Amino acid sequence: MTAPSPSRPHTAVVIGASAGAVQALLATLPALPADFSLPILVVVHVPPDRDNALASLLQAKCALTVKEAEDKEPIAAGTIYFAPADYHLLVEAGGTLALSTDEPVNYSRPSIDVLLESAADAYGDGLVGLVLTGANHDGAAGLKAIHDAGGIAIVQDPTDAYAAVMPQAALDACPAATTMNLDAIASYLSSLGSA
Amino acid sequence: MAEAVEDLEIQLLLEALFQRYHYDFRHYARASIKRRLIQARIQLGFSTISSMQDRVLHDPAMLPRLLDYLTVQVSEMFRDPSYFRALREKVLPHLSTYPSLKVWIAGSSTGEEVYSLAILFKEEGLYDRTIFYATDINPEALAAAQAGVYALDRIRKFTENHQKSGGRSSLSDYYTAAYGRAVFDKSLKENVVFSDHSLVTDAVFAEMHLISCRNVMIYFDRPLQDRAIGLFRDSLARKGFLGLGSKESLRFSSHAKGFSEFVGGEKIYQRREA
Repeated sequence: MTAPSPSRPHTAVVIGASAGAVQALLATLPALPADFSLPILVVVHVPPDRDNALASLLQAKCALTVKEAEDKEPIAAGTIYFAPADYHLLVEAGGTLALSTDEPVNYSRPSIDVLLESAADAYGDGLVGLVLTGANHDGAAGLKAIHDAGGIAIVQDPTDAYAAVMPQAALDACPAATTMNLDAIASYLSSLGSA
Repeated sequence: MAEAVEDLEIQLLLEALFQRYHYDFRHYARASIKRRLIQARIQLGFSTISSMQDRVLHDPAMLPRLLDYLTVQVSEMFRDPSYFRALREKVLPHLSTYPSLKVWIAGSSTGEEVYSLAILFKEEGLYDRTIFYATDINPEALAAAQAGVYALDRIRKFTENHQKSGGRSSLSDYYTAAYGRAVFDKSLKENVVFSDHSLVTDAVFAEMHLISCRNVMIYFDRPLQDRAIGLFRDSLARKGFLGLGSKESLRFSSHAKGFSEFVGGEKIYQRREA
Protein backbone atom coordinates (compact mmCIF):
# COMPACT_ATOMS: atom_id res chain seq x y z
CA MET A 1 0.00 0.00 0.00
CA THR A 2 1.53 3.32 -1.01
CA ALA A 3 1.14 6.08 1.50
CA PRO A 4 -0.46 9.27 0.23
CA SER A 5 2.19 11.90 -0.39
CA PRO A 6 1.61 15.08 1.52
CA SER A 7 1.30 18.32 -0.44
CA ARG A 8 2.47 20.36 2.53
CA PRO A 9 3.57 19.67 6.09
CA HIS A 10 0.93 18.10 8.25
CA THR A 11 -0.26 19.83 11.38
CA ALA A 12 -2.22 17.21 13.30
CA VAL A 13 -3.45 13.62 13.34
CA VAL A 14 -6.95 12.59 14.42
CA ILE A 15 -7.93 8.99 15.13
CA GLY A 16 -11.27 7.33 15.77
CA ALA A 17 -11.65 3.77 17.04
CA SER A 18 -14.33 1.68 18.69
CA ALA A 19 -14.60 -2.09 19.23
CA GLY A 20 -11.06 -3.48 19.22
CA ALA A 21 -9.59 -0.02 19.80
CA VAL A 22 -7.18 -0.96 22.58
CA GLN A 23 -5.29 -3.55 20.52
CA ALA A 24 -5.30 -1.30 17.44
CA LEU A 25 -3.88 1.66 19.35
CA LEU A 26 -1.32 -0.51 21.11
CA ALA A 27 -0.18 -1.70 17.68
CA THR A 28 0.31 1.84 16.35
CA LEU A 29 0.94 4.58 18.92
CA PRO A 30 3.82 2.96 20.86
CA ALA A 31 5.73 2.80 17.54
CA LEU A 32 5.96 6.58 17.38
CA PRO A 33 9.36 8.09 18.20
CA ALA A 34 9.87 10.47 21.12
CA ASP A 35 10.55 13.34 18.71
CA PHE A 36 7.26 12.88 16.85
CA SER A 37 6.27 16.42 16.08
CA LEU A 38 2.49 16.40 15.54
CA PRO A 39 -0.34 16.44 18.05
CA ILE A 40 -2.57 13.34 17.93
CA LEU A 41 -6.21 13.59 18.98
CA VAL A 42 -8.05 10.35 19.67
CA VAL A 43 -11.69 9.44 20.23
CA VAL A 44 -12.39 5.94 21.46
CA HIS A 45 -15.91 4.86 22.33
CA VAL A 46 -15.96 4.08 26.03
CA PRO A 47 -18.91 3.64 28.40
CA PRO A 48 -20.01 7.02 29.84
CA ASP A 49 -19.47 6.15 33.49
CA ARG A 50 -16.07 4.57 33.01
CA ASP A 51 -12.94 6.55 33.69
CA ASN A 52 -10.80 6.65 30.60
CA ALA A 53 -8.08 4.22 31.62
CA LEU A 54 -6.77 4.10 28.07
CA ALA A 55 -4.65 7.22 28.43
CA SER A 56 -2.72 5.81 31.39
CA LEU A 57 -2.42 2.41 29.72
CA LEU A 58 -0.87 3.97 26.62
CA GLN A 59 1.27 6.40 28.58
CA ALA A 60 3.09 3.40 29.99
CA LYS A 61 3.85 2.16 26.48
CA CYS A 62 4.41 5.37 24.48
CA ALA A 63 7.41 7.63 24.17
CA LEU A 64 5.06 10.59 23.72
CA THR A 65 3.03 12.37 26.39
CA VAL A 66 -0.43 10.82 26.59
CA LYS A 67 -3.23 12.62 28.43
CA GLU A 68 -6.94 13.16 28.69
CA ALA A 69 -7.97 16.30 26.82
CA GLU A 70 -8.94 19.31 28.92
CA ASP A 71 -11.29 22.08 27.93
CA LYS A 72 -9.56 25.22 26.53
CA GLU A 73 -6.19 23.45 26.61
CA PRO A 74 -3.74 24.69 23.96
CA ILE A 75 -2.84 21.81 21.63
CA ALA A 76 0.84 20.88 22.00
CA ALA A 77 3.03 19.12 19.46
CA GLY A 78 4.07 15.54 20.15
CA THR A 79 1.23 14.95 22.58
CA ILE A 80 -1.53 12.35 22.37
CA TYR A 81 -4.91 13.56 23.66
CA PHE A 82 -7.85 11.30 24.46
CA ALA A 83 -11.45 12.50 24.63
CA PRO A 84 -12.77 12.07 28.19
CA ALA A 85 -15.62 9.60 28.71
CA ASP A 86 -19.06 11.15 28.16
CA TYR A 87 -17.75 14.35 26.52
CA HIS A 88 -17.35 15.28 22.89
CA LEU A 89 -13.88 16.52 21.95
CA LEU A 90 -13.62 19.38 19.44
CA VAL A 91 -10.84 21.51 17.97
CA GLU A 92 -11.20 25.29 17.97
CA ALA A 93 -9.84 27.29 15.05
CA GLY A 94 -7.21 28.91 17.28
CA GLY A 95 -5.59 25.56 18.08
CA THR A 96 -7.18 24.84 21.43
CA LEU A 97 -9.25 21.87 22.56
CA ALA A 98 -12.89 22.14 23.55
CA LEU A 99 -15.24 19.71 25.26
CA SER A 100 -19.00 19.57 25.03
CA THR A 101 -21.89 17.69 26.60
CA ASP A 102 -24.05 18.07 23.52
CA GLU A 103 -26.26 15.12 22.74
CA PRO A 104 -24.63 11.91 21.58
CA VAL A 105 -23.93 11.71 17.84
CA ASN A 106 -24.29 8.25 16.26
CA TYR A 107 -25.36 7.15 19.77
CA SER A 108 -21.87 8.06 20.93
CA ARG A 109 -20.36 10.62 23.26
CA PRO A 110 -17.56 11.16 22.57
CA SER A 111 -18.32 10.91 18.87
CA ILE A 112 -15.63 10.42 16.24
CA ASP A 113 -17.56 12.52 13.72
CA VAL A 114 -17.64 15.49 16.10
CA LEU A 115 -13.85 15.42 16.52
CA LEU A 116 -13.07 14.76 12.85
CA GLU A 117 -15.45 17.42 11.50
CA SER A 118 -14.27 20.13 13.86
CA ALA A 119 -10.62 19.21 13.20
CA ALA A 120 -11.23 19.30 9.43
CA ASP A 121 -12.61 22.77 9.93
CA ALA A 122 -9.70 23.95 12.06
CA TYR A 123 -6.81 22.29 10.19
CA GLY A 124 -8.06 22.01 6.61
CA ASP A 125 -5.54 20.32 4.32
CA GLY A 126 -2.96 19.92 7.07
CA LEU A 127 -4.91 17.17 8.77
CA VAL A 128 -4.43 13.42 8.69
CA GLY A 129 -7.52 11.45 9.76
CA LEU A 130 -7.73 7.74 10.56
CA VAL A 131 -10.75 5.54 11.15
CA LEU A 132 -9.82 2.22 12.74
CA THR A 133 -11.68 -0.86 13.91
CA GLY A 134 -15.27 -0.55 15.15
CA ALA A 135 -18.77 -1.95 14.96
CA ASN A 136 -20.80 1.17 14.14
CA HIS A 137 -20.87 4.01 11.60
CA ASP A 138 -19.30 6.80 13.61
CA GLY A 139 -16.39 8.53 11.87
CA ALA A 140 -17.63 8.05 8.30
CA ALA A 141 -19.02 11.57 7.89
CA GLY A 142 -16.00 13.00 9.69
CA LEU A 143 -13.50 11.25 7.45
CA LYS A 144 -15.31 12.55 4.38
CA ALA A 145 -15.17 16.07 5.86
CA ILE A 146 -11.40 15.70 6.26
CA HIS A 147 -11.03 14.57 2.67
CA ASP A 148 -13.29 17.36 1.40
CA ALA A 149 -11.18 19.91 3.28
CA GLY A 150 -8.07 18.65 1.49
CA GLY A 151 -6.72 16.49 4.31
CA ILE A 152 -5.45 12.92 4.16
CA ALA A 153 -8.07 10.21 4.84
CA ILE A 154 -6.90 6.78 5.99
CA VAL A 155 -8.96 3.74 6.91
CA GLN A 156 -7.81 0.56 8.58
CA ASP A 157 -8.22 -2.22 6.02
CA PRO A 158 -11.56 -3.80 7.05
CA THR A 159 -10.08 -7.28 6.56
CA ASP A 160 -7.32 -6.35 9.03
CA ALA A 161 -9.75 -4.88 11.57
CA TYR A 162 -11.11 -6.60 14.68
CA ALA A 163 -14.50 -5.15 13.69
CA ALA A 164 -14.93 -4.30 10.01
CA VAL A 165 -18.18 -2.30 10.10
CA MET A 166 -16.76 1.09 11.03
CA PRO A 167 -13.81 1.14 8.64
CA GLN A 168 -16.08 -0.19 5.88
CA ALA A 169 -18.64 2.56 6.55
CA ALA A 170 -15.84 5.13 6.41
CA LEU A 171 -14.64 3.71 3.08
CA ASP A 172 -18.17 3.76 1.69
CA ALA A 173 -18.58 7.41 2.68
CA CYS A 174 -15.09 8.35 1.54
CA PRO A 175 -13.99 6.00 -1.29
CA ALA A 176 -10.90 8.13 -1.89
CA ALA A 177 -9.50 7.13 1.50
CA THR A 178 -6.34 5.01 1.56
CA THR A 179 -6.65 1.62 3.28
CA MET A 180 -3.77 0.25 5.34
CA ASN A 181 -3.25 -2.49 7.86
CA LEU A 182 -2.06 -1.59 11.36
CA ASP A 183 1.62 -2.18 10.59
CA ALA A 184 1.46 0.15 7.59
CA ILE A 185 -0.40 2.73 9.66
CA ALA A 186 2.30 2.58 12.34
CA SER A 187 5.12 3.18 9.88
CA TYR A 188 3.18 5.82 7.95
CA LEU A 189 2.50 7.79 11.13
CA SER A 190 6.14 7.52 12.19
CA SER A 191 7.23 8.91 8.85
CA LEU A 192 4.89 11.89 9.17
CA GLY A 193 6.10 13.26 12.43
CA SER A 194 9.82 12.81 11.97
CA ALA A 195 9.99 15.31 9.09
CA MET B 1 -14.08 29.04 0.22
CA ALA B 2 -17.60 27.84 1.06
CA GLU B 3 -16.19 27.09 4.49
CA ALA B 4 -15.04 30.67 5.07
CA VAL B 5 -18.37 32.06 3.87
CA GLU B 6 -20.22 29.91 6.37
CA ASP B 7 -17.98 31.13 9.20
CA LEU B 8 -18.80 34.69 8.18
CA GLU B 9 -22.51 33.90 8.07
CA ILE B 10 -22.32 32.46 11.59
CA GLN B 11 -20.58 35.57 12.88
CA LEU B 12 -23.25 37.77 11.27
CA LEU B 13 -26.10 35.65 12.63
CA LEU B 14 -24.72 35.84 16.18
CA GLU B 15 -24.38 39.61 15.82
CA ALA B 16 -27.95 39.81 14.50
CA LEU B 17 -29.31 37.78 17.42
CA PHE B 18 -27.56 40.10 19.84
CA GLN B 19 -28.64 43.37 18.23
CA ARG B 20 -32.22 42.31 17.56
CA TYR B 21 -33.00 40.18 20.63
CA HIS B 22 -30.14 40.78 23.11
CA TYR B 23 -29.20 37.12 23.14
CA ASP B 24 -25.43 37.17 23.13
CA PHE B 25 -23.72 34.05 21.82
CA ARG B 26 -20.82 35.95 20.30
CA HIS B 27 -18.38 34.63 22.90
CA TYR B 28 -19.56 31.06 22.96
CA ALA B 29 -16.97 28.41 22.03
CA ARG B 30 -17.21 28.53 18.27
CA ALA B 31 -16.75 24.88 17.27
CA SER B 32 -19.83 23.75 19.24
CA ILE B 33 -21.98 26.69 18.22
CA LYS B 34 -21.11 26.06 14.59
CA ARG B 35 -22.13 22.43 14.90
CA ARG B 36 -25.42 23.41 16.47
CA LEU B 37 -26.19 26.12 13.92
CA ILE B 38 -25.51 23.78 11.01
CA GLN B 39 -27.79 21.23 12.64
CA ALA B 40 -30.46 23.94 13.08
CA ARG B 41 -30.08 25.05 9.47
CA ILE B 42 -30.58 21.52 8.17
CA GLN B 43 -33.40 20.53 10.50
CA LEU B 44 -35.29 23.81 10.14
CA GLY B 45 -34.98 23.51 6.38
CA PHE B 46 -32.79 26.46 5.37
CA SER B 47 -30.28 26.27 2.54
CA THR B 48 -27.90 28.78 4.13
CA ILE B 49 -27.21 30.31 7.55
CA SER B 50 -27.97 33.70 5.95
CA SER B 51 -31.49 32.66 4.98
CA MET B 52 -32.01 31.45 8.55
CA GLN B 53 -30.80 34.85 9.77
CA ASP B 54 -33.23 36.64 7.45
CA ARG B 55 -36.09 34.62 8.89
CA VAL B 56 -35.22 35.02 12.55
CA LEU B 57 -34.72 38.77 12.15
CA HIS B 58 -38.17 39.26 10.65
CA ASP B 59 -40.10 36.56 12.49
CA PRO B 60 -39.77 36.59 16.29
CA ALA B 61 -41.63 33.26 16.44
CA MET B 62 -38.50 31.71 14.95
CA LEU B 63 -36.36 32.79 17.90
CA PRO B 64 -37.39 30.13 20.44
CA ARG B 65 -36.86 27.41 17.86
CA LEU B 66 -33.36 28.61 17.20
CA LEU B 67 -32.67 29.08 20.92
CA ASP B 68 -33.45 25.43 21.45
CA TYR B 69 -30.54 24.53 19.24
CA LEU B 70 -28.24 27.12 20.77
CA THR B 71 -28.90 26.57 24.46
CA VAL B 72 -30.71 23.44 25.52
CA GLN B 73 -28.59 20.95 27.37
CA VAL B 74 -29.93 17.54 28.20
CA SER B 75 -28.64 16.57 31.62
CA GLU B 76 -29.43 13.85 34.13
CA MET B 77 -30.46 14.02 37.74
CA PHE B 78 -27.38 13.52 39.93
CA ARG B 79 -25.13 13.49 36.84
CA ASP B 80 -21.64 12.58 38.12
CA PRO B 81 -22.87 11.08 41.41
CA SER B 82 -19.48 11.60 43.05
CA TYR B 83 -19.99 15.38 42.75
CA PHE B 84 -23.22 15.16 44.71
CA ARG B 85 -21.61 12.81 47.20
CA ALA B 86 -18.85 15.36 47.77
CA LEU B 87 -21.44 18.11 48.27
CA ARG B 88 -23.28 15.87 50.72
CA GLU B 89 -20.26 14.78 52.72
CA LYS B 90 -17.93 17.78 52.52
CA VAL B 91 -19.83 20.95 51.63
CA LEU B 92 -23.21 20.61 53.33
CA PRO B 93 -21.69 20.10 56.80
CA HIS B 94 -20.18 23.59 56.38
CA LEU B 95 -23.40 25.05 55.09
CA SER B 96 -25.35 23.61 58.01
CA THR B 97 -23.69 26.14 60.31
CA TYR B 98 -25.59 29.00 58.61
CA PRO B 99 -29.11 29.96 59.74
CA SER B 100 -30.20 30.64 56.17
CA LEU B 101 -28.76 29.68 52.80
CA LYS B 102 -28.83 30.75 49.19
CA VAL B 103 -27.94 28.38 46.37
CA TRP B 104 -27.65 29.36 42.71
CA ILE B 105 -27.96 26.82 39.93
CA ALA B 106 -26.60 28.84 37.01
CA GLY B 107 -27.60 27.50 33.61
CA SER B 108 -30.29 25.26 35.08
CA SER B 109 -31.57 24.17 31.66
CA THR B 110 -34.52 21.78 32.06
CA GLY B 111 -34.08 21.47 35.82
CA GLU B 112 -32.52 18.06 36.45
CA GLU B 113 -29.83 19.56 38.66
CA VAL B 114 -32.30 21.80 40.49
CA TYR B 115 -34.32 18.80 41.66
CA SER B 116 -31.16 16.86 42.45
CA LEU B 117 -29.98 19.62 44.78
CA ALA B 118 -33.44 20.10 46.29
CA ILE B 119 -33.56 16.39 47.14
CA LEU B 120 -30.01 16.46 48.50
CA PHE B 121 -30.82 19.42 50.74
CA LYS B 122 -34.03 17.72 51.95
CA GLU B 123 -32.14 14.55 52.78
CA GLU B 124 -29.55 16.52 54.73
CA GLY B 125 -32.17 18.59 56.55
CA LEU B 126 -31.19 21.93 55.02
CA TYR B 127 -33.98 22.48 52.51
CA ASP B 128 -36.27 24.52 54.75
CA ARG B 129 -33.67 27.20 55.37
CA THR B 130 -32.53 27.45 51.76
CA ILE B 131 -33.59 29.56 48.80
CA PHE B 132 -32.59 28.12 45.44
CA TYR B 133 -32.21 30.34 42.39
CA ALA B 134 -32.46 28.41 39.12
CA THR B 135 -31.50 30.59 36.20
CA ASP B 136 -31.22 30.15 32.46
CA ILE B 137 -31.50 32.31 29.35
CA ASN B 138 -33.91 29.98 27.55
CA PRO B 139 -37.53 30.67 28.62
CA GLU B 140 -38.74 27.29 27.38
CA ALA B 141 -36.06 25.45 29.33
CA LEU B 142 -37.01 27.47 32.44
CA ALA B 143 -40.66 26.52 31.96
CA ALA B 144 -39.69 22.86 31.66
CA ALA B 145 -37.53 23.14 34.77
CA GLN B 146 -40.43 24.70 36.67
CA ALA B 147 -42.78 21.93 35.52
CA GLY B 148 -40.42 19.21 36.79
CA VAL B 149 -41.81 16.50 34.53
CA TYR B 150 -39.44 13.93 32.97
CA ALA B 151 -39.90 10.93 30.72
CA LEU B 152 -40.25 7.80 32.79
CA ASP B 153 -37.60 5.94 30.81
CA ARG B 154 -34.98 8.36 32.17
CA ILE B 155 -35.84 7.58 35.80
CA ARG B 156 -33.88 4.36 36.03
CA LYS B 157 -30.63 6.23 35.36
CA PHE B 158 -31.66 9.05 37.72
CA THR B 159 -32.36 6.49 40.45
CA GLU B 160 -29.04 4.76 39.94
CA ASN B 161 -27.20 8.09 40.11
CA HIS B 162 -29.12 9.12 43.22
CA GLN B 163 -28.13 5.88 44.97
CA LYS B 164 -24.48 6.37 44.03
CA SER B 165 -24.57 9.92 45.39
CA GLY B 166 -25.25 8.45 48.84
CA GLY B 167 -29.00 9.10 48.73
CA ARG B 168 -30.67 8.52 52.11
CA SER B 169 -34.13 8.04 50.65
CA SER B 170 -35.69 6.51 47.58
CA LEU B 171 -35.99 8.73 44.53
CA SER B 172 -39.50 7.38 44.10
CA ASP B 173 -40.48 9.25 47.27
CA TYR B 174 -40.20 12.45 45.24
CA TYR B 175 -42.21 11.79 42.11
CA THR B 176 -45.50 10.39 40.90
CA ALA B 177 -45.47 8.25 37.79
CA ALA B 178 -48.30 8.61 35.31
CA TYR B 179 -48.74 8.19 31.57
CA GLY B 180 -45.06 7.50 30.92
CA ARG B 181 -43.97 10.55 32.88
CA ALA B 182 -42.52 11.21 36.30
CA VAL B 183 -43.94 14.34 37.91
CA PHE B 184 -41.65 15.63 40.64
CA ASP B 185 -43.19 16.71 43.91
CA LYS B 186 -44.32 20.33 44.33
CA SER B 187 -42.68 20.46 47.74
CA LEU B 188 -39.28 20.30 46.00
CA LYS B 189 -39.84 23.65 44.31
CA GLU B 190 -41.45 25.55 47.18
CA ASN B 191 -38.14 27.26 47.86
CA VAL B 192 -36.98 27.53 44.25
CA VAL B 193 -37.05 30.80 42.31
CA PHE B 194 -36.90 30.19 38.55
CA SER B 195 -35.59 33.21 36.74
CA ASP B 196 -34.18 34.52 33.49
CA HIS B 197 -30.53 35.47 33.95
CA SER B 198 -27.61 35.67 31.54
CA LEU B 199 -24.04 35.02 32.61
CA VAL B 200 -23.00 37.03 29.55
CA THR B 201 -24.88 40.27 30.16
CA ASP B 202 -26.43 40.26 33.66
CA ALA B 203 -24.98 41.09 37.07
CA VAL B 204 -24.87 39.91 40.68
CA PHE B 205 -28.39 39.56 42.14
CA ALA B 206 -27.90 37.99 45.59
CA GLU B 207 -25.23 36.74 47.98
CA MET B 208 -24.81 32.99 47.55
CA HIS B 209 -23.40 30.25 49.77
CA LEU B 210 -23.18 27.72 46.95
CA ILE B 211 -23.14 28.19 43.20
CA SER B 212 -23.41 25.12 41.01
CA CYS B 213 -22.69 25.75 37.36
CA ARG B 214 -21.82 22.56 35.58
CA ASN B 215 -20.95 22.09 31.94
CA VAL B 216 -21.78 25.68 31.09
CA MET B 217 -18.25 27.08 31.11
CA ILE B 218 -17.14 24.61 28.43
CA TYR B 219 -19.46 26.43 26.02
CA PHE B 220 -17.86 29.82 26.68
CA ASP B 221 -14.65 31.18 25.19
CA ARG B 222 -11.87 32.31 27.54
CA PRO B 223 -12.91 35.98 27.94
CA LEU B 224 -16.52 35.00 28.60
CA GLN B 225 -15.45 32.29 31.05
CA ASP B 226 -13.51 34.94 32.90
CA ARG B 227 -16.53 37.22 33.06
CA ALA B 228 -18.73 34.43 34.40
CA ILE B 229 -16.20 33.24 36.97
CA GLY B 230 -15.71 36.84 38.11
CA LEU B 231 -19.47 37.16 38.46
CA PHE B 232 -19.54 34.01 40.57
CA ARG B 233 -16.78 35.27 42.81
CA ASP B 234 -18.60 38.57 43.34
CA SER B 235 -21.83 36.69 44.06
CA LEU B 236 -20.37 34.37 46.68
CA ALA B 237 -20.51 35.02 50.40
CA ARG B 238 -17.27 34.84 52.32
CA LYS B 239 -15.94 31.28 52.00
CA GLY B 240 -18.81 30.38 49.67
CA PHE B 241 -18.57 27.37 47.36
CA LEU B 242 -18.47 27.04 43.58
CA GLY B 243 -19.07 23.70 41.84
CA LEU B 244 -18.13 23.21 38.18
CA GLY B 245 -18.45 20.31 35.74
CA SER B 246 -16.08 17.37 36.10
CA LYS B 247 -13.97 18.47 33.11
CA GLU B 248 -14.03 22.18 33.87
CA SER B 249 -11.45 23.96 35.95
CA LEU B 250 -10.29 27.38 37.03
CA ARG B 251 -6.77 26.55 35.90
CA PHE B 252 -6.93 28.62 32.72
CA SER B 253 -8.95 31.43 34.33
CA SER B 254 -7.63 34.83 35.39
CA HIS B 255 -9.67 34.42 38.59
CA ALA B 256 -7.87 31.24 39.63
CA LYS B 257 -6.32 33.05 42.60
CA GLY B 258 -9.75 34.10 43.86
CA PHE B 259 -10.57 30.52 44.77
CA SER B 260 -8.99 27.58 46.53
CA GLU B 261 -9.67 23.95 45.70
CA PHE B 262 -12.05 22.49 48.25
CA VAL B 263 -12.65 19.07 46.72
CA GLY B 264 -10.24 19.22 43.80
CA GLY B 265 -11.22 15.98 42.10
CA GLU B 266 -14.85 17.07 42.01
CA LYS B 267 -14.13 20.62 40.87
CA ILE B 268 -15.57 22.13 44.02
CA TYR B 269 -13.90 25.44 44.87
CA GLN B 270 -14.12 27.80 47.80
CA ARG B 271 -13.94 31.56 47.61
CA ARG B 272 -10.59 32.74 48.91
CA GLU B 273 -10.47 36.07 50.70
CA ALA B 274 -7.95 38.60 49.40
